[in-house]
Amino acid sequence: MKKITIITGHYGSGKTNFAVNLALNLAAQQEKVTIVDFDIVNPYFRTADFKELFAEKGVTLAASMYANTSLDIPAISFDLERMAYEPGHLIIDVGGDDAGAIGLGRYADALAAYKEQTEMLYVINCYRYLTEAPEETLTLMREIEQVSRMQHTGIINNSNLGRETTAETIRRSMEYAKHVAKEAGLPLAGTTYRSDLEVSVPDGIPVEVYVKPVWEQPL
Amino acid sequence: MKGNEALAEAAIRCGCKCFFGYPITPQTELSAYMAKRMEKAGGVFLQAESEIAAINMVLGAASTGVRAMTSSSSPGVSLKAEGISYMAGSDLPAVIINVQRGGPGLGSIQPAQSDYFQATKAVGHGDFHVMVLAPCSVQEMVDAVTLAFDKADQYRMPVMILADGLLGQMMEPVTFPEPKTELPDKSDWAACGHKNERKHHIINSLFLDAPLLEAKVLERYERYKQVEENETDAELYMCDGAELVVTAYGASARVAKSAVTKARAEGIKVGLFRPKTLWPFPVKEINEACKDAKKILDVEMSMGQMIYDVKLATECRIPVEFYGRTGGVIPTPAEVYEEIKKLTGGAQ
Repeated sequence: MKKITIITGHYGSGKTNFAVNLALNLAAQQEKVTIVDFDIVNPYFRTADFKELFAEKGVTLAASMYANTSLDIPAISFDLERMAYEPGHLIIDVGGDDAGAIGLGRYADALAAYKEQTEMLYVINCYRYLTEAPEETLTLMREIEQVSRMQHTGIINNSNLGRETTAETIRRSMEYAKHVAKEAGLPLAGTTYRSDLEVSVPDGIPVEVYVKPVWEQPL
Repeated sequence: MKGNEALAEAAIRCGCKCFFGYPITPQTELSAYMAKRMEKAGGVFLQAESEIAAINMVLGAASTGVRAMTSSSSPGVSLKAEGISYMAGSDLPAVIINVQRGGPGLGSIQPAQSDYFQATKAVGHGDFHVMVLAPCSVQEMVDAVTLAFDKADQYRMPVMILADGLLGQMMEPVTFPEPKTELPDKSDWAACGHKNERKHHIINSLFLDAPLLEAKVLERYERYKQVEENETDAELYMCDGAELVVTAYGASARVAKSAVTKARAEGIKVGLFRPKTLWPFPVKEINEACKDAKKILDVEMSMGQMIYDVKLATECRIPVEFYGRTGGVIPTPAEVYEEIKKLTGGAQ
């Protein structure tokens, strides 16, 4: 297990849901976990939405003091360098696309000191509109690397169709995921699936769906 | 797909050739998508210097007969009001999207439904209407865009899609229609070059002679009558035998539906009436939904705006209660469920 996990990807590829799952799983294993809401572009459906859940499960949340307020500015108001230095696991949930990853570039030098302990995962969803073609997915990955001045170390296949996802949805995404990973020259680090589905894929990662609108939450 | 992106893609598939806009949260992904895709689709994307410029560019483009669209969120739509009035006065078809946020003023960037009055009653000066569609899912946004372009052309009037930040930002699976290859012929009125072969087509909303303007407005209201007769649409959910009918549109209807489903499962006689067109308001449909109703509960993300149309449409025969959150706060299914219980006394 690496010490720092950086999560990037296309808007809506499911980065935040993956990051929340990762944080809660690590916390359940008694790890000290800090999750960083590094989204500087998305006004809602972001990591900071789960503030109470994190508090309950013992995950430390670092988010812009302006997250979920009406001050719609791309601000970072926390000390990422200190958090990287401190013991425990650090999960950085980056904003969508290259636009959302620009802020990360400012920390490239500081995070370089932990290079051996850092994984940078590119989350893909082949059902998302602007990344349906593997070439588009790869172009976006390189654009994110350019602005963040960091290199990815693995691909997470998070292909899904929201609540319409079935085991077949996941199975159909495997060829695409393998192709993207091969072309990127990176390992396919895992394939997520909603935990109630019966899915058999290599490196499968069962996940719960946390990111959903208010009317889909239990009443 | 994200709601905002779906609106944009649907417009491109409808043959929208010109998009003019100005970024504003929570609508920006729509403009961003257009910036990426419009050129590849053979159309024009232009980020205008202001919302007012954008709407006037739409006026210009629509005058030539091409399908044109603009989008914004609440404060930006206020700025567009003048242009929308000019378009209505010039009988121009166009699609305007409002991904609503909290107001008044700059308000908040969170979702709201407090522009109902503006959209259905007062989006600009003068005697006119715009057709207002209220989708409640990402798929319905796609369908609404298709309908909006068709109806705008059919009746030569601006059509507005009244969405909200939640619908714009949320992610749901969608199916798109095949791209349109044949578009309506507008050669009998569009100002697209007469080539010395016919008389000028003049696009204008200024009339020097008052009776002439009156005649023009009367002709337009004949068309509005057709719209009112033919274009209303609504969803009636569990309204059979419903003694309480919840009325809600857009995102608040999704919230209300969860609450109604739970209450029904517990034996409470409650249903949901969800207008899909806000102008024209589905008068016939709401009366059908409320045929067994003793009470109505109107739920909105506002201080109560649609409630007046609910009362008018039912001619105040049935008492109308209200539950709303505003300023960007979203009501929860649990809150609406509590209101339902309060008004019905729970399961009988």
